[in-house]
Amino acid sequence: MDTKKLNLTNIPKEKFALAGEDRRITDTKFETKPVGYFKDAFNRFKKNKSSLVAAIIILLLFLYALIVPFFSNYNVNFRDGYYKMLLPKSKIFSFLGWDGCSWYTVSQAGYDSYSAIGYEYGSSAVRKVEEPIVEEGTGKTYYKIYLDSYEKVGFAYVDLTEDEFEALKDYQNRTGIQVCYPIPENYKMSYQSVANSANLWYKLADTSSTTTGAALNHDADGNPIFENNYIVKESQTYGRYDSLRIAGDDGGKNGKSWYVYSIKNQTGYRVRVLYSAYYKYKNGFEANHLFGTNQHGQDIFVCLAVGARLSFLLAIAVSILNFFIGVSYGSVEGYYGGAIDLILERISDILSSVPFIVVATLFQLHLANKVGAVPSLLFAFVLTGWIGIAHRVRTQFYRFKNSEYVLAARTLGARDSRLIFRHVLPNSLGTIITGTVLIIPGVIFSESMLTYLGIVNLETSGLTSIGTMLSNGQAYLSTYPHIIAFPAVFISLLEISFNLFGNGLRDAFNPSLRGAEE
Amino acid sequence: MLKYVIKRILLMILTFLVIMTMCFVLIKLLPLPAVKEQGRDVQLVLQRREAMGYNKPILTQYMLYWRHILLYGDFGVGEQLYVGQEVTGIMLTKIPYSIVVNLYSILIAIPLGLFLGIYAALKKNKWQDHVVSTVVMLFYSVPSYVYAFLVQYILCFKTGWFPLTAASREVAGFFSWTMFRSMVPAVVSLAFGTIASLTRFTRAELAEVLTGDYLLLARTKGLTRNQAITRHAMRNAMVPILPMILGEFIGILGGSLIIESIFSIPGIGNLYVTSIQVRDYNFFMADTFFYTLLGLVAGLVVDLSYGFIDPRIKMGQR
Repeated sequence: MDTKKLNLTNIPKEKFALAGEDRRITDTKFETKPVGYFKDAFNRFKKNKSSLVAAIIILLLFLYALIVPFFSNYNVNFRDGYYKMLLPKSKIFSFLGWDGCSWYTVSQAGYDSYSAIGYEYGSSAVRKVEEPIVEEGTGKTYYKIYLDSYEKVGFAYVDLTEDEFEALKDYQNRTGIQVCYPIPENYKMSYQSVANSANLWYKLADTSSTTTGAALNHDADGNPIFENNYIVKESQTYGRYDSLRIAGDDGGKNGKSWYVYSIKNQTGYRVRVLYSAYYKYKNGFEANHLFGTNQHGQDIFVCLAVGARLSFLLAIAVSILNFFIGVSYGSVEGYYGGAIDLILERISDILSSVPFIVVATLFQLHLANKVGAVPSLLFAFVLTGWIGIAHRVRTQFYRFKNSEYVLAARTLGARDSRLIFRHVLPNSLGTIITGTVLIIPGVIFSESMLTYLGIVNLETSGLTSIGTMLSNGQAYLSTYPHIIAFPAVFISLLEISFNLFGNGLRDAFNPSLRGAEE
Repeated sequence: MLKYVIKRILLMILTFLVIMTMCFVLIKLLPLPAVKEQGRDVQLVLQRREAMGYNKPILTQYMLYWRHILLYGDFGVGEQLYVGQEVTGIMLTKIPYSIVVNLYSILIAIPLGLFLGIYAALKKNKWQDHVVSTVVMLFYSVPSYVYAFLVQYILCFKTGWFPLTAASREVAGFFSWTMFRSMVPAVVSLAFGTIASLTRFTRAELAEVLTGDYLLLARTKGLTRNQAITRHAMRNAMVPILPMILGEFIGILGGSLIIESIFSIPGIGNLYVTSIQVRDYNFFMADTFFYTLLGLVAGLVVDLSYGFIDPRIKMGQR
């Protein structure tokens, strides 16, 4: 009998034969394509129009943050002393009022001085004027003018060294673009009513006062009549100026008196330049700020993109780290239960009770000098951020770990890791992914709040943050609301979109809604 | 029940001790900031440092710290902020501002939030619900500081109806008209967020309850819709809503970091932010103490209140 004993562990292949080979199979193959979990969720997500729009908006904002800093003329370090607080200006959409201009009400002197800007080269900072208002009692006239914030800067005195002056003259000769303009008599006085006194090139009504820019003569309508007040010298090369001259500067009556374009000082030459032309000469491009500039002359369009990029990267890093920590922590808690669960729950309880602002501050105080402000903020977010995800995962484990299919797998000899990662975890993937994605808007909000309050300072060379921009703009809320408006609108749009997107994601991943669409 | 409450309180105290110990050690590891020269105050601060055992081992300092807090309610003196003045005294003068602002805001927000939530739930999937839900979603998503800026811009700058900063207690009493008027922008900004979250929560709860089978039963046995809603649906929906409102009421003590900063309300949140900015560790520790305790107590009260509000919920049972 023992010779007939079968070797059951090693049955030769040829001993096997297909049973019921000639039986007819009546069921047909599925015509439809199989739909996986993610595909199914995506299909459901697509039906939710508002979430889809939100997702597209998020994508656009993300692309804006990612791409703009690479293709812009400006960067965060770019500052300009004259082009401060410029209003938003778009070349394409200028007809919508997005033209860098705004309405001001000014006195006669203000009207004169603003009208004078640009007059020398046939333009004007004042784009539109409404009928003047005469104040009763005092008889003073006020004008409502539509002022171009770029043109308003007008002229400036710049101090150049010998070489810089030569280069500027060379540029003028080469391109034929007039940058230097004649220096007026009153260049030494400082006028408070006008941003810089280089714009007072005409004959003033009152040369002793330093507070008014009123012109000497006015016509019957009250409009100023400008008469130039340039310094005149009998030398054509006074101040070693031998470059382009403005029209009308032809040597005066006797061919002997020319305007002065530069004055020598200790370090080199003081020149009166048309700032927009000088800006182009210096930077190689014309000033155009889509979102305007702030009080440091930084371009808001680029600063916002750089700040948003930082926020996005920080938030994504935080959510990825939270995902891994939360999933492993929650799995261990939920799967093993008992004493391990109790101890781990206590730890996460304690951590979650620490106010976040305390964590952020302590990390900032201890780590910011060692690893930098951004990593220490990242650690602060991660320290308590994973608890929510761990909690979700733990709950899911308690729900599924005793179900029959897990028991079956365990009976078949599956190891703990296989049970956790292959059998239980995929069940809770939907809620975990939703939770992970929704960490992003939370982190962006907290980061902007901390930087706004000045608890965390992320402003280093080449970096800025939305919160810093908001706190910069707050001082100018009443006068230049655009500085604060763009970051505020950006972050609002982002948070709204993320909320809608998160709702859609939750509905898409929640299988209990399957087939229940309206 | 009593056993469970005691257990929870003990756990809370343990959590609190652990957090405070961690903060204490982490603060002590930092270099001591120099005291600004301001006459005799410097001497006072140095004396107080000596009394708190600044040159002794950290364990002794820790014991001294708790001893001072528990016996005298003493958190030290201000070293960078309000130099030489008692931290506890300063904090006690700040808290009323936070309470007043928050009290006004939740007194507006709770009735409005409840009303809107109930209204939206009763009109579920009709246009009224869509309007309310959309507006609430906007206010829920937009960061609080954004509408604070908007409120400030419109109410303070454009129209000039309200002053820019809060009135001080020396000028006006806490419940006087002047004080109220000066706080309106902050109150409005705070209320938006509370209204939005309360509406959202109420709508979700009530809408869920309204689909319950027992409501159908109530209608079947002859109750009118109004009777069924007020006697059955509302009472059940209130079970999770009331603890939330309770939490809001405890939260008024803490004020708001960002709104107080924007509207320059000299409250506890503003003090906290300033203490961090100027690195005054005594104020920082006292504020942390206050906020952590507040958070823990609020959490505990909210948890326990479920058991009192709804007798069906048995506390401490798994």
